[in-house]
Amino acid sequence: MSEIIRAENIKKCYKLGEIGGRTLLGSSQSFFARLFGKDDPNTKIGSKNYDKNETFTALDDVSFSINKGETVGIIGRNGAGKSTLLKILSRITAPTDGCVYLDGRVSSMLEIGTGFHAELTGRENIYLNGAILGMSRREVDEKLDDIIEFSECEQFIDTPIKRYSSGMYVKLAFAVAAHLNSEILIMDEVLAVGDAAFVRKCIEKMRSIAEEENRTILYVSHNMDTVKNLCTRTIVLDKGKIIYDGDTDEAIKHYLSSGTHSETHMTFDENNLSKKLKNKQRAVNLLGASYPSNANTTDENGMLNININWTNKDDITDLCFRLTVYDSTLKSVATSMLYDFYSGKAGQNESVTLSFDMSTLAPGRYETRYTLFRRSGITDDIESYMGLSFYKTESILKAQTKWHSSVWGSAMLPTPEIV
Amino acid sequence: MSKNFQTIIRPKDKLFNLKLGELFSSRELIWLFVKRDFLAMYKQTILGPLWFIINPLITTLIFTIVFGNIANLPTDEAPDFLFYMSSNIVWTYFATCLSKNSNTFVSNARLFGKVYFPRLITPISTTISAMINFGVQFIMYLCFVIYYTCVGAISPNAYILITPVLIITCALLSIGLGIIVSSLTTKYRDLSVLVGFGITLWMYLTPVVYPASQIDASLLPLFMLNPMAPIIEAFRYAFLGAGMFSWGYLGISFLTTLVVLTVGIVLFGKVERTFMDTI
Repeated sequence: MSEIIRAENIKKCYKLGEIGGRTLLGSSQSFFARLFGKDDPNTKIGSKNYDKNETFTALDDVSFSINKGETVGIIGRNGAGKSTLLKILSRITAPTDGCVYLDGRVSSMLEIGTGFHAELTGRENIYLNGAILGMSRREVDEKLDDIIEFSECEQFIDTPIKRYSSGMYVKLAFAVAAHLNSEILIMDEVLAVGDAAFVRKCIEKMRSIAEEENRTILYVSHNMDTVKNLCTRTIVLDKGKIIYDGDTDEAIKHYLSSGTHSETHMTFDENNLSKKLKNKQRAVNLLGASYPSNANTTDENGMLNININWTNKDDITDLCFRLTVYDSTLKSVATSMLYDFYSGKAGQNESVTLSFDMSTLAPGRYETRYTLFRRSGITDDIESYMGLSFYKTESILKAQTKWHSSVWGSAMLPTPEIV
Repeated sequence: MSKNFQTIIRPKDKLFNLKLGELFSSRELIWLFVKRDFLAMYKQTILGPLWFIINPLITTLIFTIVFGNIANLPTDEAPDFLFYMSSNIVWTYFATCLSKNSNTFVSNARLFGKVYFPRLITPISTTISAMINFGVQFIMYLCFVIYYTCVGAISPNAYILITPVLIITCALLSIGLGIIVSSLTTKYRDLSVLVGFGITLWMYLTPVVYPASQIDASLLPLFMLNPMAPIIEAFRYAFLGAGMFSWGYLGISFLTTLVVLTVGIVLFGKVERTFMDTI
C-alpha cells in the first residue's frame, strides 16, 4: 500500500484579538511607546501595559499517514480542528510547525461553490473550476457530459450561476469535484445542504470513486450515518489532538462518549437539564444512578438492573419513570414505561432498583435517557437526563451471526414459530 | 525509509521562491482568469468592449481642453491631442494595473480561502487583462499616429521598436508594487486607501500632462528618477518625435523595476502562506 498523505507533528496556532494596532499609525504608535517604555496609547485603560497577543492552538501535534485508496472520515466536536486540518492539507494556510507530505493533486470542497464566479454560466464555471483544481481543458472536455449529467442541471447549465438555488449550486460543485482526476479528494461537510436523494447519490459516487478509481478520500461530517456508510477508517479530533485513529464504529463511539462519568455510577447536574425543565417548579430532583451489579452489561438473561436515587422537593404522588434507549448514533430505538410506582412526602430521599428486560435488543452498545414524570392528562416531564450507557451482550444460547444494526435495526424479535 | 513525495507543505519556505514551474503549468488557469475578467465586464452591458475606446478618447479630449487650451501648457511642439493621448494610454495602463494589483488579496479573499492555486496568478492575470485593454487602445492610438504622420505634424522614429520593452516594464513595475501593497494590506488596510490618491499624486509628478522639458534643469535628475517618467517620455519620443529620450534614465527605470519586483516577490511569498489567517 503506498503512502499518499503523511502528516508529521502538525501544529497550528492563531493569534487572537485584533491584529496589531489595526492601522499602520496605531501599530507604530504602540511600537515606539513600547520602545521608549511609555504607556501604549492603544491598549484599553486598566489592562496590562504590554499587549501580549494570546494564541489559540487549533491543532497540536497531529500526525497520521494515509494510503492510496483509503476513505478516511474525520470527526470531532465543533472547534476540534477538523476544518483547520483540511485547510492545511488543501494549502490554503500553512502550518505553524510540522510538515505535510502529499503525493498527488488535492481537490477540496471546503465550501459550496469553491472557485465559482457568479457572473459566469454553469458551463463556463465547470471549465474555470476544473482549471483551478488542476485539470487541463482537454480533461474537462472529456468529462463535461458526465459532470452535467451528474449535477442534474442540464436545463440550467447555460445560465449564470448567480441565479442558481443553493441545491443546484452544491450539485454542480460536487459534480465537478467528483469527476476530477485528482488523486486526493477532500470534502468538508458540504453535503449538509443537499436533499436526501442527492446525499445518497454523492455517497454512492464517492464510494465508487474510492473503489474503482482508487482515489483517496478525506471526509468530514457531523452526520454519523454517512461517515459509517462511506469510511473504513476514521480519525477523531478533540481540541486539536487526535484521540482515536482506526475503525469507524469505534471512532464514532469515542466521539459520542467524550463524557467524563464512570461507566457504572453517575450523579446528575441540574445544569444539564433542558431550559424548559430547569425553569419549572420540579417536585423531585434526580440525584444519581448506578448499576448494582457494578458492570454496564446485561446479564445472561438479557436483563439490566438500574438503581436510581432522588430527593423529594415537594409532596409527590403517582411518580412515573421512563427509560429511553438510543443506539450509538443517538437514534432512539426503544422505551420502557413504569407508571405510578411511587408517592411520597417532601424532604425524603428515595432510591429504587429497576430491572429492565433487554432481551429483544440486538447486541451492541446503547445510550440511555432517564425521565421522571407524572401523568396528569398529558405526560408531564419533571426531570430528564442522559443516563449511563450499557452493552447488550451476545447471548451464548442464540445463533452466532453478527447483527447488522444499521440494516436490521436494533430490535431482535423472537424466533417465529412454524404454524 | 524516505519516500519521494510530490508536494511538501512546510511552515516556512525559501526566501525567494518564484515557483516558475507551478506558474507555467497553470498557464491555462491564467488564461481562464483573463477570460473571466473580460466576460464579467461585458455581461449585461450594451456597449461592452466599446468602453475601452470611449474612455481614453473622452479623457484625452478633456485633457486637451483643460491642460492644452485653458491652462495652455506647452507640449514640446507635438500636437496637443496626440500628446495627451500618448501619455494617457500608457499611464492608464499602469494606474489600472497598480490599483487592481494592490487589492489582490482582499478582493480575492473569497477565492483564496477556498481553494489552492499559485497566488501569483491573480496579479499576473490582472496585468494581462489590462494589457489586452491597452492593446485595443493602442490600435486606436496608432490610427491617430498614422493620420498625423500623413499630415506631417509628427515624426515617429525607430525607437518605436522598444515600445514592447516599455510596456513590459510598466507591467512588471505595477505587479511588483501591487504585490508589495497587497502583502502589507493584509495586515494594515490603510495602505489600500493610500494607493488610490497616491496614484493620482504620482500622475502629477510624472510628465503625463506636461513634458519633462518644463522641469527646472537642476531638479531634472531627481524628477527622472521616477521610474515612470523616462518610460512616458520615451514612448512619446518614439511616436511623436518630440520629448526627451535618455538611455541612462531608462536604465535606472529598469533597475528600479527589478528591485521592486524582487522585494515584492519575497514579501508576497512570505505572506501568501498565512494571509488567510489575518485578512
